[in-house]
Amino acid sequence: MREPLRTVQLEVNGKAYTVTVPVRKTLADVLREDLQLTGTHVGCEQGVCGACTVWLDGEPVRSCLLLAVQAAGHRVTTVEALGTVDRLHPVQEAFWENHGLQCGFCTPGILMTVAAFLREHPAPSRQEIREVLAGHLCRCTGYQNIVRAVEDAARRLQARRT
Amino acid sequence: MTTRWLGAPIKRNEDPRLLVGQGLFVDDVQLPGMLHAVVLRSPHAHARILRIDVRRALEHPDVLLVLTHADLPPSLREPLPKLIPHPDLKHHKTQYTLAPDKVRHVGEPVAFVVATSRYAAEDAAELIEVDYEPLPAVVDLEDAAAGRPALVHEDIGTNVAAHSVQRVGDYEAARARADLVLARRFVVDRGCASPMETRGVVAQWDPRARQLTVWDSTQAPIPIRNGLAALFGLAQKDVRVIAPDVGGGFGPKIMMFYPEEVLVPLAAMRLGRPVKWIEDRREHFVATNHERTQIHHAEIALDREGHILGVRTVFLHDAGAYIPYGLIVPIVAECTLPGPYRIPNYHAEFRAVFTNKTIVSPYRGAGRPHGVFVMERLLDLAARELGMDRAEIRRRNFIQPHEFPYDVGLIYQDNAPLVYDSGNYPAALERALEAVDYPRWPEEKARYRAQGRRVGLGFACYVEGSGIGPYEGCRVTVEPSGKVYVATGVGTQGQGHFTSLAQVVAEALGVDVRDVHVVTGDTGAFGWGTGTFASRAAVVAGSAVHLAAQAVRQKALQVAASLLEASPEDLELADGQVRVRGAPSRSVSLGEVARAANPLRGVIPSEWEGPGLEATRYFAPPRGTFSHGVHAALVEVDPETATLRFLRYVVVHDCGTILNPLILDGQIHGGVAQGIGGSFFERLVYDDSGQLLSGSFMDFHIPTAVEIPEIEVIHQETPSPLNPIGAKGAGEGGVIPVPALVAQAIEDALDDLELEILRMPLHPDALFELIQKATRRGS
Ligand code: FES
Ligand code: FES
Repeated sequence: MREPLRTVQLEVNGKAYTVTVPVRKTLADVLREDLQLTGTHVGCEQGVCGACTVWLDGEPVRSCLLLAVQAAGHRVTTVEALGTVDRLHPVQEAFWENHGLQCGFCTPGILMTVAAFLREHPAPSRQEIREVLAGHLCRCTGYQNIVRAVEDAARRLQARRT
Repeated sequence: MTTRWLGAPIKRNEDPRLLVGQGLFVDDVQLPGMLHAVVLRSPHAHARILRIDVRRALEHPDVLLVLTHADLPPSLREPLPKLIPHPDLKHHKTQYTLAPDKVRHVGEPVAFVVATSRYAAEDAAELIEVDYEPLPAVVDLEDAAAGRPALVHEDIGTNVAAHSVQRVGDYEAARARADLVLARRFVVDRGCASPMETRGVVAQWDPRARQLTVWDSTQAPIPIRNGLAALFGLAQKDVRVIAPDVGGGFGPKIMMFYPEEVLVPLAAMRLGRPVKWIEDRREHFVATNHERTQIHHAEIALDREGHILGVRTVFLHDAGAYIPYGLIVPIVAECTLPGPYRIPNYHAEFRAVFTNKTIVSPYRGAGRPHGVFVMERLLDLAARELGMDRAEIRRRNFIQPHEFPYDVGLIYQDNAPLVYDSGNYPAALERALEAVDYPRWPEEKARYRAQGRRVGLGFACYVEGSGIGPYEGCRVTVEPSGKVYVATGVGTQGQGHFTSLAQVVAEALGVDVRDVHVVTGDTGAFGWGTGTFASRAAVVAGSAVHLAAQAVRQKALQVAASLLEASPEDLELADGQVRVRGAPSRSVSLGEVARAANPLRGVIPSEWEGPGLEATRYFAPPRGTFSHGVHAALVEVDPETATLRFLRYVVVHDCGTILNPLILDGQIHGGVAQGIGGSFFERLVYDDSGQLLSGSFMDFHIPTAVEIPEIEVIHQETPSPLNPIGAKGAGEGGVIPVPALVAQAIEDALDDLELEILRMPLHPDALFELIQKATRRGS
């Protein structure tokens, strides 16, 4: 049996792409393989670890649980759009400053969740931070410095606004 | 003023690219024409393979290659290499590349399919027909040791791979003199590391250059290169293995070989196209090594004052279906058990036993948590029996600071005598007790109790062997740009080597740490070394880096002395310059020195030992170095739901000279989180037929930010005399004492029930049952 393919338009990080992909191919795989955006990682393909988190129309989603064809007509944002090495996003800066990553595999997904979260909750409590992070697994850091980094990121974003 | 780099909390050089999604993990490697592989794995724990028919898979239009055992070249039909032999290991059975006539655990590779996409390869794998004749599965460890219900390897006539005994003094005689002898059976059950990145391999064969390049998520790229060269009959120089960014290792990513590490290069060579294989999470649970089932029958003999006269442990170690890694885990367990205590008479004896389960190899801690669990539990129960304070019984038995070097009397995993180099065990305990205000704990506990809350205090002590040999090496090069390049063989899986090793160099050469670029884990950049395991990278590679950097420094002084017409003794290195002390205007940049050291014409003085500002050095420690520490925690138990909440967690940690406290704390945090997971949340449950029932993140509960408490770290620094930087390993300390501490804290919280916690990991059902039983007994 030949693979059923479909051609779809995707808007990723503000750029329009036309891709012809197997209908069953996940968004995560298309981002990584077809668009070479390998910053989005795949840790479980079961919707649990959160490493694959991207934004769909600005909201965090698990790209391992979405098919690429389902993302047609939506705006997709990946970690590559958050900041660059020379111009880190304040959340990225805070993770750097607070040693919020070790192997860095879980990090892009966490950054996407945190950046979206801080938009809605500019001054979260520690408990709120821990709760929003509970959707992500990190095996390296014990979450200590991630929590610290999120607090610091909130302060950085506040300072920017004022 | 020169900046001090060593010991400073420098933020990491490697972070910016990881933060913006520009890391390079194995799955990020994409090559033109790349194919994708999938492994067909055994669904049975134990079965004979009667027939394999791959015809339908080969007919799949997107499939290029299907391999079974019969299709392998003769060298790959043999069992894979035996790592780390040991005289007591009588039956060193190792895994196959693809199963020949029998499968011995769920997940064992049976066939290998290569197709144009991963999706197609998975479809095709389902078209392979395998007829199995199921055999009784060997699951229970004690049954297995007795040869029931079957033999994992029939040809050896037993399931016992090894029987090993180590003795110090005369335990029986000590026992005869004792006022108290306490014996218990302790069980430490299976767990696994579960790094967030699963395993993966990409291979590319260039037939014209006869060059094999392999990207592998391994912790030991150099041994993998050497092994692949031997298997494929290539020169080592023609094989390049790159462990790029590795998404967590923790032990199981060091093996030689996982079958895929051989199959992927083989397929790439056969097909002349690059091939990628990435493990999925479901496979990871059965195909990547596990750790830890051990059943200990342990006994402690003491006098009335609580002095230890002797300890005996006789235990079974579940090796899984094969034992490639030899006896490392049980040896580390028996050698860690004595910990910081003086134990004049010790008898340790184990049997390593085959079962129809995933292979066992070291996972962070590597037997240390088991040993510490048994020892600390024995002390807790003995203290209870003697009516003695649990801190006091420890104080009475500590090895004292003046007793170093202290010979424990055992032979360690590196086949060298187990000799502690330095430490201060009593001070570490007092620091931890002070941090949790132990003297006032009874009142505090009563206060909680009055509020209807069950809170317990637990603490546990450990000694961590680390920094073992044989050696590591390093090349430090200053380029004419003034930038410094450092190449070493140890891979990194998030431990921050790009920064901590750069700090060692920055310190020696007086350059900015951001100008020091470290390359690790690429055999093309540095080809000598053994790997990142046993908390040895910072110690052994760090020392090699130090020696190489010092050599470059000496050379820079020599070369600059001739440029500046000064004597080397009058020069100093700072801010990327070599300058005359007291006359900073007379200076030359390191880059200029590098250029002068590599002239196009003229003479190179013999004392320069060759051209360039470069040196390669090796460091081979005489034996391992020993970190130590104490953890203490307040844990609240809800007796109705049998759940735990950590209210406070304190770590007192001594790993010698600290290279970077930011990175060190991170290592400890991560270790504690894994320790908590492995004590209460994570379980690998097998049914009687050898099926893993908890093989997904839905069932194997890695703790999240909600379960892991704030962790307070207190540093103590007792340098090691065994290496030039005074460092000791730090990778595993976080995890080691956690099960022992959790057990003690729960018993303390529920002291009226007089529980005895003799099993780890505990989980809510097991704790609930213990509570119910104790309540029934009490009423
Ligand atoms: S890969 Fe999507 S949640 Fe784990
Ligand atoms: S930093 Fe390694 S998994 Fe989070």
